[in-house]
Amino acid sequence: MNFKHKFVFLFPGLFVLIGILIFPIIFTIRLSLSGWNSYTPEMNFIGITNYIRLFTDDPRFWESFFRLSFLSVTTVILQYVIGFALALMVWREIKFKRFFRVIFLIPMMTTPVIMTVIWRTFFHESLGPVNDLLGNLGVKPILWLSDPVIAKFTVIIVEVWQWTPFMFLLLLAGLLSLPKEPFLAAAIDGASPFRKFVYVTFPLMAPISIGAIIIRLIEASKIMDTVFVLTSGGPGTATETSSFYIYIKGLREFQMGYAATLSFTYLVIMIISLTIIAKVLTKLMIKE
Amino acid sequence: MKMKTIKTCVTALISALLVFSPVAYADKWSDQFPHIKTTGDIPGECSYESMSKKDYSGKTLKINTHAVPVMGEPTALHAEQFAKLTGAKVDVTHTPAGDLYAKAMVPFQAGQAPYDIVFGFSNFINDWRRYLEPVPKKYVEMKQMQDVTPSHIGVASWDGVMYQFPVDGDRHYLKYRKDVIDNPEYQKKYKADTGKELRVPQTWKEYGEMAAYFNDWDWDGDGEKEYGSAEVMKKDDLMYAAFYSRSAAYSKNPKTPGGFFFDLETMTPLINNPGFVEALTDWVAATKYVPPGGINFGLGDEIGSFGGGQTLFSFSWDDAFVAAMQPDSPINNKVGAAQLPGAMKVWNRKSNSWDEGFNQAPFFVWGWAVGVAKKSKEKEMAFDYLCFFANEANHQADIGIGRFGVNPFRNDDFKAEVWTQIGWDKDIAQSYVDTLAKMEESKNRVFPLRVPGTFEFNAALATAAAKALAGQLSPQAALDEAAKQWNDILNRVGKDNVRKAYSVGVAMEDNKL
Repeated sequence: MNFKHKFVFLFPGLFVLIGILIFPIIFTIRLSLSGWNSYTPEMNFIGITNYIRLFTDDPRFWESFFRLSFLSVTTVILQYVIGFALALMVWREIKFKRFFRVIFLIPMMTTPVIMTVIWRTFFHESLGPVNDLLGNLGVKPILWLSDPVIAKFTVIIVEVWQWTPFMFLLLLAGLLSLPKEPFLAAAIDGASPFRKFVYVTFPLMAPISIGAIIIRLIEASKIMDTVFVLTSGGPGTATETSSFYIYIKGLREFQMGYAATLSFTYLVIMIISLTIIAKVLTKLMIKE
Repeated sequence: MKMKTIKTCVTALISALLVFSPVAYADKWSDQFPHIKTTGDIPGECSYESMSKKDYSGKTLKINTHAVPVMGEPTALHAEQFAKLTGAKVDVTHTPAGDLYAKAMVPFQAGQAPYDIVFGFSNFINDWRRYLEPVPKKYVEMKQMQDVTPSHIGVASWDGVMYQFPVDGDRHYLKYRKDVIDNPEYQKKYKADTGKELRVPQTWKEYGEMAAYFNDWDWDGDGEKEYGSAEVMKKDDLMYAAFYSRSAAYSKNPKTPGGFFFDLETMTPLINNPGFVEALTDWVAATKYVPPGGINFGLGDEIGSFGGGQTLFSFSWDDAFVAAMQPDSPINNKVGAAQLPGAMKVWNRKSNSWDEGFNQAPFFVWGWAVGVAKKSKEKEMAFDYLCFFANEANHQADIGIGRFGVNPFRNDDFKAEVWTQIGWDKDIAQSYVDTLAKMEESKNRVFPLRVPGTFEFNAALATAAAKALAGQLSPQAALDEAAKQWNDILNRVGKDNVRKAYSVGVAMEDNKL
């Protein structure tokens, strides 16, 4: 039997895949080997000069990468813990369960840029309501956006507020799909709520948890809008992340070739590190 | 007798008609366009009357401009007026300041012209000029252009060719609270507490001392705390310009011509010499007397802070001053203007030592600039729009609105009457125009860096300065880092390319152009 005609049906999908995924990656690789910038706007070939510059003479990229790692890991851990707690809360039979489910999802439904503008207004050190309220309680103004350490935590607060509902949604869906039998068996054995959580709920939720954490890590590693609006990477470079730095190099300074080098390197690093993280999480959380 | 009376009346009537006819003529347009209600239309090649005779029906003009309000609001307003007068359709796109460069450069480099008119900053000129249509001779020779100051013609031109249509003129100068600095009680108190005179600060050190003294207490009795200074310190929001303003007095030595940013001969970056380091050290100290969060102030915050009466001092573009002088401002007619503070020493890069003595250098920072894309299919309409934007009636109305970001660049703007007629006190108007005029007369001026890769140079400097302000690096280490990056950029762009472009700015600074 000749199955060749079946390949015809693959072409549309393949065409889309090449158009939106393969071509941009190949173009980025080619661009990364050029010196395209504002004064030489051409796809010339400069070999691996940009890569040498990145690995030998650009500490700012690596600083932004480690800062990003800190921010994304911290925010995702907090989102997971808070999201799990909220999901457990509305998983049980409580009053106004539906109301709470909707309320918890609201931050995720808002537009990140607009919400970040609102958060920036809240945290404005001299005009914002947060310091005003603290001042009424006798607390000195906190430098939410101008202290290099506190500014990182301000970014974390906004990110956690915005994206915990996503984690909540995934984990709640996971909880609702769990089989009832293990819980019945645990109840018959007289297990306490804590032991039920540790030995039944958490292990059963592990596959979903890993998926949720990885999805959020992928998203968090692209953090850009919050930083852009809230701090512009400042004070100094204290909250600058990899994607924001790549944006600066590419679209502010117009170093297109070098920005492509940064993007491609970043992509490779993220693929490798997220694969390792997924494996480690699987080992830690899923017991055979 | 009766006949004589009739003759006299008729003569008076005719005289009155002749004298007031321009006003009557102007009223026709100011009724329709209240924006020019103070002056009415002012006759000229691009006046309302002249534009109403053009017919661009069925044509579309596309403009990319800054976000509202600074420059974005007047662009949109004049677009609407232009459309009404000529029948054209005008599409205005608003873009944040940081993206104006790329938004034009991407299509420029791709050989496209999605916008007929692109707004940006005057220091983009070297990167943009190959994609811009030179301003046609008929506009360059127009009466309204003849009134533009030579400095601003220079800023809008490259090698004698005008690429940017002058719509704005910019320089940095000092703004201060007159009701504090001129207050005899505060002068007495300041003298008693510090042993020094309270006066318009002559040096950056005095500026710092006064700002620190008047910081974090309610010195105007409004029940709210006030602070020393509002400055543009946010990394990606023009802070490099503020740093150059602070550095000029310490580093622009009239005895050592041949470059402020680089030594033109060797192309060695000068930004980490002791003059710049001293300025950055002062600036780091300034983080202690800005309002809470002041380290993140962009231009809009600075305008709002000083214009809203929150600080004693400020220095940057005119906008904060004009905002403070608007009738609805809490500090209307309580502010003064003066040249940027100087320094009691200036770095001499030839002798490698400080030259003692007072030095001051005005900074003709970049301003808003606008050009017409070479690939535009509507060049004539585009230049007509720009000419209309900057016509005398629009210009006079625009410069009186702080948030518009349109600042003086014509000789006529330096007359006090222009400002008293919009409600400014006479002595404030006079001090303002004197300040601007003195800057034009100065022979020790600094002009913005306008070389290939300007954005990279300024961004590298801003990042380094921001690190120092945030305490991540010492001033010397930060500027050494910036100088190293400037050398890297020079190597990438080519020293000769940069030198060639930089020599134009140096010639202006050395009064050779």
